[in-house]
Amino acid sequence: MSATLAAPPPDPRALQHALARADKQRKLRAFSLTLPLLLFLALTFLVPIAVLLKRAVENPEVANALPRTAAALDGWNREGTPPAEAYAALTRDLASLPDSADAGALARRLNSEVPGARSLVMATYKALPLPQTTAATSATDLKAAVLALDERWGEPTYWQAIAKNGSRWTPDYLLTSVDLRRDAKGAVERVEPEQRAFGRILVRTFEISLVVTLWCLALAYPLAYWLTTLPARTANVLMILVLVPFWTSILVRVAAWIVLLQSEGLVNHALIGLHVINQPLALLFNRTGVVIAMVHILLPFMILPLYSVMKSVPPTYLRAAVSLGSAPLAAFFRVYVPQTYAGIGAGALLVFILSIGYYVTPALLGGPDDQMLSYYIAQYTNVTVNWGMACALGALLLAATLVLYAVYRRVTNSELSLG
Amino acid sequence: MKKTLLTAALVAGFSLPALAQQITVINFGGANANAQKKAYYEPFEKTGTKVVAVEYNGEQAKIKAMVETKKVTWDVVEVESPDVARGCDEGLFEKLDYAKIGNKADFLPAAVTECGVGVFVWSTVMAYNGDKLAAGPKTWADFFDTKKFAGKRGMRKGARYNVEFALMADGVKVGDVYKVLATKEGADRAFKKLTELKPSIQWWEAGAQPPQFLVAGDVAMTTVYNGRIDAANREGKNLKITWTGGIYDLDYWVIPKGSPNKDAALKFIAFASTPDAQAEYAKNIAYGPTNTKALAKLDAKVLGNLPTSPANSADALQFDLKFWADQGEQLEKRFAAWAAQ
Repeated sequence: MSATLAAPPPDPRALQHALARADKQRKLRAFSLTLPLLLFLALTFLVPIAVLLKRAVENPEVANALPRTAAALDGWNREGTPPAEAYAALTRDLASLPDSADAGALARRLNSEVPGARSLVMATYKALPLPQTTAATSATDLKAAVLALDERWGEPTYWQAIAKNGSRWTPDYLLTSVDLRRDAKGAVERVEPEQRAFGRILVRTFEISLVVTLWCLALAYPLAYWLTTLPARTANVLMILVLVPFWTSILVRVAAWIVLLQSEGLVNHALIGLHVINQPLALLFNRTGVVIAMVHILLPFMILPLYSVMKSVPPTYLRAAVSLGSAPLAAFFRVYVPQTYAGIGAGALLVFILSIGYYVTPALLGGPDDQMLSYYIAQYTNVTVNWGMACALGALLLAATLVLYAVYRRVTNSELSLG
Repeated sequence: MKKTLLTAALVAGFSLPALAQQITVINFGGANANAQKKAYYEPFEKTGTKVVAVEYNGEQAKIKAMVETKKVTWDVVEVESPDVARGCDEGLFEKLDYAKIGNKADFLPAAVTECGVGVFVWSTVMAYNGDKLAAGPKTWADFFDTKKFAGKRGMRKGARYNVEFALMADGVKVGDVYKVLATKEGADRAFKKLTELKPSIQWWEAGAQPPQFLVAGDVAMTTVYNGRIDAANREGKNLKITWTGGIYDLDYWVIPKGSPNKDAALKFIAFASTPDAQAEYAKNIAYGPTNTKALAKLDAKVLGNLPTSPANSADALQFDLKFWADQGEQLEKRFAAWAAQ
């Protein structure tokens, strides 16, 4: 390097090129070092999210199983019973399905739109070929035969569901996740009041997360402050006390809270023994229990960023403020607290975002009104096996988190710093 | 000495897996799994096939994922009734060859399906603690009557069973429950009745919770799987069941499609469906045999605790799996909306 510098450059442009090239190579080398990580992130993070988002709008069941029926329903005005050709196409489509699994998938898809479609589709599929019909039977006769098999085929709702889902992509899952739906003709409307669930669940999810975050902040702030005032040795010992529960399995901690909080549990016994209360308090299987356990589990996520930020605040500032005549409390709030905003922001965001996705704790400690969005994602994945709906709710959760992060950045006007 | 041990260990390590066939059987864990181990797994292992028991919580999604990715590691799975029909329709299970299992006529009619054979009959009933409540509830109307019986009620988190119980409490006859529930007005009526009880309900998620609630005195009475009460009483508790208006249902054995040990799995199912094995099972937990010939091998005391005995099943409701396969998703969603009100 020094040799090149010593010799006078033959052409400044060539040097510029050489420098640019060297710079580019350096960057490339640096980039190639991060390549394994990027690849890992792409495979374990970006690809699954992309698949999830795709599944939330994918709708292949009807298009795969009933292509002729969907075509026959194309010009139908979606009122009354459809034309006889649709009935004929339906019998042909169902009869030519290669495997009963395809009929099952179709039945599941239609049933999530119109309850009852499952048994209707499966019974029709199993009854094919219809008695006394041949390939030459006219469409009108086929219609009569299908109606004779199950008169529900005369109701327009099932046909509307087929017509609506003829395309391979659908906004339906995403609409349902915000309590909307498309009516028979495709216009968006709100669902019936007794089916409006997810809006409230989303609000509830945010509500619980917010309460947990505030409690965590209220408990962690004084503790972290106290830790910074202690000599290093004592602070380290106390820090271990904070971290030990952090390393314990969530299930174990939840089970421990059940033992403590139940109506014959330690907490109630102690309170009754001290004559604070006469009747045991209901601390479990309601919102109280969920919040207590979640605050306990998430507290370290608030303490750690707060502590690391507070450690970097010189105690001299506070002393200077007091010696210049400020009241101690005012000095604390006007001089010290503003310097820990970064820690508060990081801790609060961390706790809030972790809370939003909580599942096990509310499932075990809460009632049906304390379940958060993840509970319903799990239910759609495992119990109902409606993965489109599960993915749509997952997408909703993801979008909510991203919006929140954007708001946070706008408000604090800074990148997230973890101390 | 050390060397011989090592050689022996090596020989054993290499030769055992080659000699013994192995099947993986999935159950729901708890007292039920222990009874299955005694009655089914251990005796079956004497025929030369090792049984590896694994617990799950009824997630059909796991079977679906295995079948779709063609990596099936489960051979026999105990599933709940709504999943049998649904999984069979969607091609997740092998169709069963009854010639290799047993005589269809020996089984309860509900136990014989295309893809699954009944393991046992169980019932969701109301129960109370005999030590704390001398005269318990007689009907679902009593269960819903918080004036007559003070205290909290334990109920399963979800719509299933609860909407049926609510209708029975509202005066619907056992035989009409599903007919009423299928209508919009019927569903409204069920949720309206549940709303009356809502402030007094303490919800449970896992089957082990309701007996604990009763013992701890958290609730005055609760809905519960009957076998759990039996298990608690075997540990010296005094919990009592009211069988009136209980909902009985079957669990089934299925073989996931593409199981590598299908023949051994069928042999296991055949073994577990014999009257002797089923009688042994019923002695270990109070769930009713699906093979009717097993009943003759049981004494009056055991029979008195089974959901299938005539006295206990007289006023019981059979779970309608077709209704729930059709309406389940809608009703569960409505339950979620109702809970948030």
